[in-house]
Amino acid sequence: MSLTFDDGTFIRSEMQTPLPPPGRNVGAIGWMRENLFSSITNTVLTLAGIALVVWILPPLLRFLFIDAVWTGNNRDACLGAEVGACWPFIKAKFAQLIYGFYPADQRWRVNLVFLIGAVLLVPLLVLSWPHKRLNSFLFFVAYPILAFILLTGGNISASNFLLGHFGLLRAVAGDAAVAGLQFGFWLDFVITAALCVAVAYLIGRLAAGSGRGAATMTAYVFAGFGILTFLWDVDFGLERVETRQWGGLLVTLVIAVTGIVTSMPLGIALALGRRSKMPIVRLLSVIFIEFWRGVPLITVLFFATYMLPLFLPVGVNPDGLLRALVGVALFTAAYIAEVVRGGLQAIPKGQYEGAMAMGLTWSQMMRLIILPQALTLVIPSIVNSFISLFKDTTLVLIVSIFDFLGQLRAAFTDPNWATPVTLYTGFAFAGIVYFLFCFGMSRYSLFVERRLNTSHRH
Amino acid sequence: MTEAHSIVPSDELPAVHTAPGREVAVELVGVHKWYGEFHVLKDINLRVKRGERIVICGPSGSGKSTMIRCINRLEEHQQGSIVVDGVELTNDLKRIDEIRREVGMCFQHFNLFPHLTILENCTLAPIWVRKMPKKDAEELAMHFLKKVKIPEQANKYPGQLSGGQQQRVAIARALCMKPKIMLFDEPTSALDPEMVKEVLETMVSLAEEGMTMLCVTHEMGFARQVANRVIFMDAGQIIEANEPNAFFSNPQHERTKLFLSQILH
Repeated sequence: MSLTFDDGTFIRSEMQTPLPPPGRNVGAIGWMRENLFSSITNTVLTLAGIALVVWILPPLLRFLFIDAVWTGNNRDACLGAEVGACWPFIKAKFAQLIYGFYPADQRWRVNLVFLIGAVLLVPLLVLSWPHKRLNSFLFFVAYPILAFILLTGGNISASNFLLGHFGLLRAVAGDAAVAGLQFGFWLDFVITAALCVAVAYLIGRLAAGSGRGAATMTAYVFAGFGILTFLWDVDFGLERVETRQWGGLLVTLVIAVTGIVTSMPLGIALALGRRSKMPIVRLLSVIFIEFWRGVPLITVLFFATYMLPLFLPVGVNPDGLLRALVGVALFTAAYIAEVVRGGLQAIPKGQYEGAMAMGLTWSQMMRLIILPQALTLVIPSIVNSFISLFKDTTLVLIVSIFDFLGQLRAAFTDPNWATPVTLYTGFAFAGIVYFLFCFGMSRYSLFVERRLNTSHRH
Repeated sequence: MTEAHSIVPSDELPAVHTAPGREVAVELVGVHKWYGEFHVLKDINLRVKRGERIVICGPSGSGKSTMIRCINRLEEHQQGSIVVDGVELTNDLKRIDEIRREVGMCFQHFNLFPHLTILENCTLAPIWVRKMPKKDAEELAMHFLKKVKIPEQANKYPGQLSGGQQQRVAIARALCMKPKIMLFDEPTSALDPEMVKEVLETMVSLAEEGMTMLCVTHEMGFARQVANRVIFMDAGQIIEANEPNAFFSNPQHERTKLFLSQILH
């Protein structure tokens, strides 16, 4: 092929075919040359990185594996000059780290909850698995109810509902129980539900012209709540286990999973509320978000545990774990709300217009067009919040709830295992466990992010 | 004057179809709109008959986009009345939804949904708004995708298509709702020159079928070929409206003459 550039004109006679790239940049050597030793700075950094690994890794491996003690029944095994990690300590305390003070003969219930959770969660996380709708229903609706009954034993004694507190019904219905159910409670429940549906209908009628939607919604909420209460009221013959007895990884996971699952929808609702055109909704959302973001989690937990009872009427004393759960969920929801708002703001106006021009309603537009895109955009930040939530669960220690780390610290005080390496071993183990969970979430989020990124797919 | 794009011949453009009773598709009477203090639309009066094809042109900021966006309530007008397909636009959400179901719209930047495939983009509104079974909606979508000549792209994502293809999908998506009126807001302004033609061809074939169309565009070749009327807007008001031959060959208003001399050369 001869090209002349002298005369200024050029007409291509044949089109060039694509050629493979030059061999320099392919293969392991090409990769290293390009990524590790491409410049002096890069070479220096690479060498420094290798030095750091060489400096840290051998002692770590020696402590965790080579010098570690693997068998033994008490502290004697782990005493000595050059002893590494004392794994028998973890082995001896393992049950305590997982279950806390959950009665030993009832621990199968916890195992069952873990097992069912895992069986339901895995197909939910694998995006290509079919039956997502059924799976979500099982995991997000049926599983929490089941877990609640299994873990606490169910059989809550539903005796007082709204009207009962005012002593209105007791006189009429008495304490009659029909087929093990408190007649008074259910009469109370039905009347309260009917009243609320009527109020919802009136409000809907006045505000939007038609109260049917609001009334149906309220009826559904009450029906759901009724089924829930009914199920929790049934005596399945399970021994009652107070949440005070729960502990270890069980509590960590209960708080983290409940926090994640409840804060997400709440956060989305708050984000939408904050961007709403209705000033009162917007104002309430802003106040809620700014309040929870402005208060440290420790303060929230302290307030919920020690100060809230002072404001509640005598006799009303919500469960300690429940209070911590609500605190953590609301706290996280505020952060999620801001993250989601960021995502919503990144969606171009054209997407809203495209959806509106097709006649989609507001909720359809949000559900089908805006939120799927906004949430995909903010997956890294959402998972960031969840990882942070997972690690913050350790803060419940200050309100005397013994989560995984709390149990570990309690285990340190056992004189049977008092050795110089107990503390290091324990924290190394805790570090590994927390890392596995957090790293798992992080990797999963990366996977989902890549999977859902269709906008730039070529 | 050079015709920017030669389009398929269309001698057989149907005459304006006037069914008795509801021959008016869109009627704007004394419409005013303000953006804060800025008066964008000033006393707009426009009646579009069924089957009529209107091309709206004018300099940027003249309010032409705002005007057609008022027709499906993407913008709210503050004074005057807009009646679309016999329904007057008010704050009533039901009426707005009713009108949006009957009015299709194509945008300058296509506004396809990037997280959905081409087929899903097209079936979304029929399924959720028209409550059509998924299978029927897909058949309908494939019908219109064939019509805009890209059925083979149905399972790709918008990001994988060229601009011209995306705009044709946008047209197909709007058609899937079987609209009575189509609004085009500068559909070719964001396209490479090579792709303008394919979109205009699609629009011409739509016009040949008797669709009521309001197009904001600067494609004067298109205006000459399919428009029943060309409307020139400036400073938020209609300056001149005429049938295309008279409009281009013999503009009356000074502003129109200036505008045409700038864009036709």
